[in-house]
Amino acid sequence: MFFDRETETMPRSQLELTQLERLKWVVRHCYENVEFYHYRMEKAGVTPDKIKTLSDIQYIPYTTKADLRDNYPFGMFGASMKKIVRIHASSGTTGKPTVVGYTKRDLENWSSLVARLVMAAGASEDDIVQIAFGYGLFTGALGLHYGLEKIGATVVPTSSGNTQKQVMLMKDFGTTAVVSTPSYALYMAEVAQEMGYQKKDFKLRLGLFGSEGCTEEMRDKIEQAWGLFATDNYGMSELMGPGVAGECQERRGMHIAEDHFLAELIDTKTEDVITHEGRAGELVITTLTKEGFPVLRYRTKDITKLDFEPCPCGRTHARMHKIMGRSDDMLKIRGVNVFPSQIESVLIAIPQVGPHYQLIVRREGYLDTLEVLVELIDSSLLEKYAQLEALQREIHDKLKTVLGIECKVNLAEPKTIQRFQGKAQRIVDLRNQKEVSPQ
Amino acid sequence: MLIKQISVFVENKPGRLADITKTLAANQVDIRALSIADTTDFGILRLIVNKPDIAADALKTAGYTVSITEVIGIGIDDQPGGLCDALSMLLSAGITVEYMYAFIGRAKNTAYVILRVENTEAAIQTLQEHGIKLIRGDDIYQLVQ
Repeated sequence: MFFDRETETMPRSQLELTQLERLKWVVRHCYENVEFYHYRMEKAGVTPDKIKTLSDIQYIPYTTKADLRDNYPFGMFGASMKKIVRIHASSGTTGKPTVVGYTKRDLENWSSLVARLVMAAGASEDDIVQIAFGYGLFTGALGLHYGLEKIGATVVPTSSGNTQKQVMLMKDFGTTAVVSTPSYALYMAEVAQEMGYQKKDFKLRLGLFGSEGCTEEMRDKIEQAWGLFATDNYGMSELMGPGVAGECQERRGMHIAEDHFLAELIDTKTEDVITHEGRAGELVITTLTKEGFPVLRYRTKDITKLDFEPCPCGRTHARMHKIMGRSDDMLKIRGVNVFPSQIESVLIAIPQVGPHYQLIVRREGYLDTLEVLVELIDSSLLEKYAQLEALQREIHDKLKTVLGIECKVNLAEPKTIQRFQGKAQRIVDLRNQKEVSPQ
Repeated sequence: MLIKQISVFVENKPGRLADITKTLAANQVDIRALSIADTTDFGILRLIVNKPDIAADALKTAGYTVSITEVIGIGIDDQPGGLCDALSMLLSAGITVEYMYAFIGRAKNTAYVILRVENTEAAIQTLQEHGIKLIRGDDIYQLVQ
């Protein structure tokens, strides 16, 4: 299903013309209206006239999260407060949040792009959609909200939290689609089961998941638990929120709304643009139409691959691979890069333990250690202590094969590992904590 | 002939055992015997109680990983060599003990031993042939009435 078939299936040559025209506009817009970009471009010796082809974007310096933070709260805005009609902010886990603003036209574009993604995923005006993202400054909930309303779906803005009530409404309203993080979808399934409900008590058929990564294995688990079709979408508040990219029903990667976002991949270390298709790199995005909060070559820190091959669904817009990790989520343990998603795919394939986990990194002496904590759910293993040890060993060996480093596997009691309603925080890094020396 | 034993998975964290016993107390469950095997991180608590099914359900509801296993209970003379005799019989019949624990009841001069073996039926036969007193589940559940 298409929200805007003409745009979504336009020939790439035509798409690139649109991109170039819009790139010229946004570079000029930034140069003229945002002091930060003006100064940056001047320093780099670039003026808007220099952009004659799409590849001329290489003359523009990268923008980082730190740049956005340094200009807190409104320094990066491209429109006066008079024109700004909405403010959102990203969760600032460290220090101040990143504040973003939208003009009326931005909001109009945003809801259209979300409408595209939800229709591509299979939502329609017949759906009753429960939005279990936290409402507020976070872009996820309101972003999906207006896009779903735009296609005529019935929106139930439950927000996150109060999971029992969430599940009750899901059953009573006959909710057909749910918007949440993948881990919260699993948690809701757990709660539904505790409440004595079965799959057949619900009418859920579609999951629109986002805001955190989701491995194939975790997706299978969610689909089994709820009996729904799960789709992944991608966005971040710095760029707009949800609507940047989303999966169609082919689920062969997330189609980037390329008429609004210019995507590049770069090597995280050398910062060189990766032109070779199929190689993974950090996603860099330039917003092509945003007035309120335009960004030029924003380093997303998300590691992915790009695929420009035509998709069987008919869309011509490039597809980005599932996020393989975030360059800042990536754990460096004894010099080895470890992505939590690698650990997740191993754990989810082991039926004796639950899908929730925690990674604890410590420094013992000069050595980093990784502890993986999972919940034991298979009570038949209590027969013999040796069976528990065998399970520990099995998990350890599988993780070692995938990660290439040693880790310690520990078993926890069921439902003791923290559940998250928003983005899951699964890493506890104790390496930079002061050691408490004994008296 | 067999006794229901409850096994509970416990993390090595302060307060876990107190929490389990609190759940049992709230359900009027009386503990007859217990044993715990542990490493630095977690352990398995094994319990013989007066109401095994109720106890297991209550612990499951409280969120624990719980299983019920059938084990053998024997009564032996409370004197030097008593346990040795019983174990020697099993050994000569080629039956190995996976784990065991003992406790003393109210009956005079008798100690009780809970045994978990690979081959339960063969063990019962061997013990009976040698005249060892086997305890029935009901006897032990009502031990201190």
